[in-house]
Amino acid sequence: MTTLDTGQMQKPDLAPRDNYLTHTRGAWSWLFTLDHKRIGIMYLVCVLSAFFVAGIFALLVRTQLLTPEGTIMGQDDYNQAFTLHGAIMVFLVIIPSIPAALGNFVLPIMLGAKDVAFPRLNLFSFWLWVSGALFFVLALVSGGLDTGWTFYTPYSTDPNSAMGGMIPAVTGAFVLGFSSIFTGMNFIVTIHRLRPPGMTWFRMPLFLWGIYATAILQVMATPVLGITLALLAVERAFGIGIFNPELGGDPVLYQHFFWFYSHPAVYIMILPGMAIISDLIAVHSHRHIFGYKFIAYSSIAIALFSFLVWGHHMFTSGQSPLVNVIFSAITFSVAIPSAIKVFNWLATMYKGSISWNTPMLYAMGFIFIFTIGGLTGLHLGTLATDIHLHDTYFVVAHFHYVMMGSALIAMIGGLHHWWPKITGKMYNENWGRFAFALVFIGFNVTFFTQFMLGSQGMPRRYATYPADAGFQIYHVISSIGSYILAVGFFVTAGYLLQSMFGGRRAPANPWGGRSLEWQCSSPPPHDNFSETPTVGDCYDFSVLEWNEDEQGYVWRSDIPHPGEEEPGGH
Amino acid sequence: MSQLEIQPDSHGTDHGHDHDHPDHLGHHWENSKQQFEAGKLGMWLFLATEVLLFGGLFVAYSVWRGNHPEIFQYGSQFLDTFWGALNTGVLLVSSMTMAMAVTFAARGNRKGIVICLVLTLMGAAGFMVIKYIEYSHKFHEGFLPGFSFYEEPSASHLWLPLEQEHDQDVAHSTLETEAHNTAFAHETTARDEMPLPPPTAEPSVVPAAGTGPEGLTTNELALETAEFAVFLPPSVIGNLENQGPELDFAEHHEPGEEPHLPHPLQDPDRPPNAQKFFTIYFLMTGLHGIHVIIGGFVILWLLLLTLRGRFSRGYYTPVDLGGLYWHIVDVIWIFLFPLFYLI
Repeated sequence: MTTLDTGQMQKPDLAPRDNYLTHTRGAWSWLFTLDHKRIGIMYLVCVLSAFFVAGIFALLVRTQLLTPEGTIMGQDDYNQAFTLHGAIMVFLVIIPSIPAALGNFVLPIMLGAKDVAFPRLNLFSFWLWVSGALFFVLALVSGGLDTGWTFYTPYSTDPNSAMGGMIPAVTGAFVLGFSSIFTGMNFIVTIHRLRPPGMTWFRMPLFLWGIYATAILQVMATPVLGITLALLAVERAFGIGIFNPELGGDPVLYQHFFWFYSHPAVYIMILPGMAIISDLIAVHSHRHIFGYKFIAYSSIAIALFSFLVWGHHMFTSGQSPLVNVIFSAITFSVAIPSAIKVFNWLATMYKGSISWNTPMLYAMGFIFIFTIGGLTGLHLGTLATDIHLHDTYFVVAHFHYVMMGSALIAMIGGLHHWWPKITGKMYNENWGRFAFALVFIGFNVTFFTQFMLGSQGMPRRYATYPADAGFQIYHVISSIGSYILAVGFFVTAGYLLQSMFGGRRAPANPWGGRSLEWQCSSPPPHDNFSETPTVGDCYDFSVLEWNEDEQGYVWRSDIPHPGEEEPGGH
Repeated sequence: MSQLEIQPDSHGTDHGHDHDHPDHLGHHWENSKQQFEAGKLGMWLFLATEVLLFGGLFVAYSVWRGNHPEIFQYGSQFLDTFWGALNTGVLLVSSMTMAMAVTFAARGNRKGIVICLVLTLMGAAGFMVIKYIEYSHKFHEGFLPGFSFYEEPSASHLWLPLEQEHDQDVAHSTLETEAHNTAFAHETTARDEMPLPPPTAEPSVVPAAGTGPEGLTTNELALETAEFAVFLPPSVIGNLENQGPELDFAEHHEPGEEPHLPHPLQDPDRPPNAQKFFTIYFLMTGLHGIHVIIGGFVILWLLLLTLRGRFSRGYYTPVDLGGLYWHIVDVIWIFLFPLFYLI
């Protein structure tokens, strides 16, 4: 029975009870669990481990660039370092981070469901992720990988350039793609078929809209990556001329195929971030979300637009000027739904009673960083400026503002938001704020300088740079920023882990959220809800009040709970 | 497990496996109908991903055909419409028996399901047998693109020490190992003393004495390049005129085979990059063949479940979904057949 279903159950229930963490014991019960919550936790642990590894590569890259001649690596090692940083971050970290880790945990609970539609597929998808990661390890030990995360031909097909790790890495990305497809399928079906009574499409929390739009992208775009990478592997293994021009292949066809997936993949990364932020802003401002339908529709609009803009990665590839103009125009149109979201978030905060909790800080940091990342995207979507900025640090800074500063920041914000629900423990809020400051400052110091570097002509992916070009000062500032960022993440890891052992017991609803996950205990019981809960407006926070005993929000005693009149299932 | 009749309105309000919550129903579903519809939606989404997976190859086909129609015109001569049409028929019939199996499942007729699934399985097997006949014929003729077809830089990378990569002789020796339908492969192999890929097939065609090899071995490099690297860029193919007398492959074919076209390796009228036709042909039909094999295993699994009595009028979701998968495999072939064999 959930804590808040009836007015009589306002007392905090501190007695130890059966929850999903204690339901069964032993490693086996975790590794082969069908419980979406445990699968989400396993994803979380794995994704964060991969984040650590890829972060180390990032620090190596930044350290290398401290001096014009490079400090610690030769050219080849540098190529491998940035390739592995990019490939791991994209395929192993950012794409699965929010949907597979947090989404898996939260989505069914938000729907009042006991599990996702296909629990076995969910577990299979997790193990596909693990095998994909193993293939990347295999790529590391079998000669490495130096093509950049895009596996561009002819680097990836040229035997003088591509290394022994190509086929394992490509196989790994293929397998990870299917992990992503199955997660997406699972979420689409779950949202379609397992919504509780009363939850119409437009009563869903916006997190679900964002995850739904993401899932569509995962299902529709990833197969194209799959076949592209399969072709690449076949070409490399058997010497068939598909993309290699020496054999009559077409390298630009590879770029088209790759970006047909990888542009939507950028939105696979950012849409869940936006989804989290929409909920965080509303809950921590204690104010009804502004422009619900606009935010929901703009998620779908971004998903649809994302299929039509892949050519803007290829303005300099020699495609026809007319095609360039069309792709440029559609690229600009993506700014419209993105801006709609930003304005709606700001309007939600306006006159809200904002709690300066760590998740809210991350949400506001997201808005700041995403706005910069989005607007600099317009520079790159403009044909004339793109010729100048193409393949410079401006591009690097732009996509880090969106993929790291937005998507990952949102993920960390969401992690803090749902941490009490996941672990049943509160983390230390002051440490949280301090770590946020480090992350926010470190991030901007690292990447804002790269806009300047790029606009002055520093190309990306170079292990060295001329000493007299004035680049060094920016590189040094950027590297220092990356160290601050790293410290911020270590502090975050420290207090989060500490909270699991020494943290205060979390109430069911520490932030005052109204979506269904805050109606079940923290941590949730094995089956989430013993009976399907009834749903109201999940952004109407006026029915909740702070309860000092519980140290959390409870249903207001003077308002009848919607479930009270007709307790479902009895 | 005995067959269970499903109460259409059974509610799983308590999450245990109580009497109104049949075994096949997951604990998170309200009733069988909800589970069935979810399974169906999931399957359709999966089929969409399959279409997109093949979509990449169809796009590659369109781009290549649009840019080089002559390659496709030339290459399709080597496909046998008879086998293709026969395979189309086999798949269509198997699709029909699959649909009948689903209908029998909906009626709860276990015997009908078994018969139809066995027929479908035979269709899948028949398709693969015919595919095997077609493929082995083409392998035999040396149409398989890749290492066995032309000089390929990554081939030398894989088989030879790195520092020798640019050595002309090295590239050269790689060429020859693949040229298994000419006689002098063995001579040059011995001469080069390079580590070589495992021999793939023994020479299938031995040219008559005096028709070429002898002349070529004296003239070595240029001529051999012309002989084997016929699928290299056109600049290289300029050497074709130097080639010795054309080999009459017709003499070396099995009796009773269809009218003999000049083998691509010896055809001076062959358009440049002709191997791209075989590349896309093998890729698309190969991926389809893999799907047929997977489909075969799915049908086998359904057959086993049926024999164990897992299905009933109230629960036959796997049969239905397996049927959908088999139909998409069929539909993809319906597109492949005209694209390669007919137009």
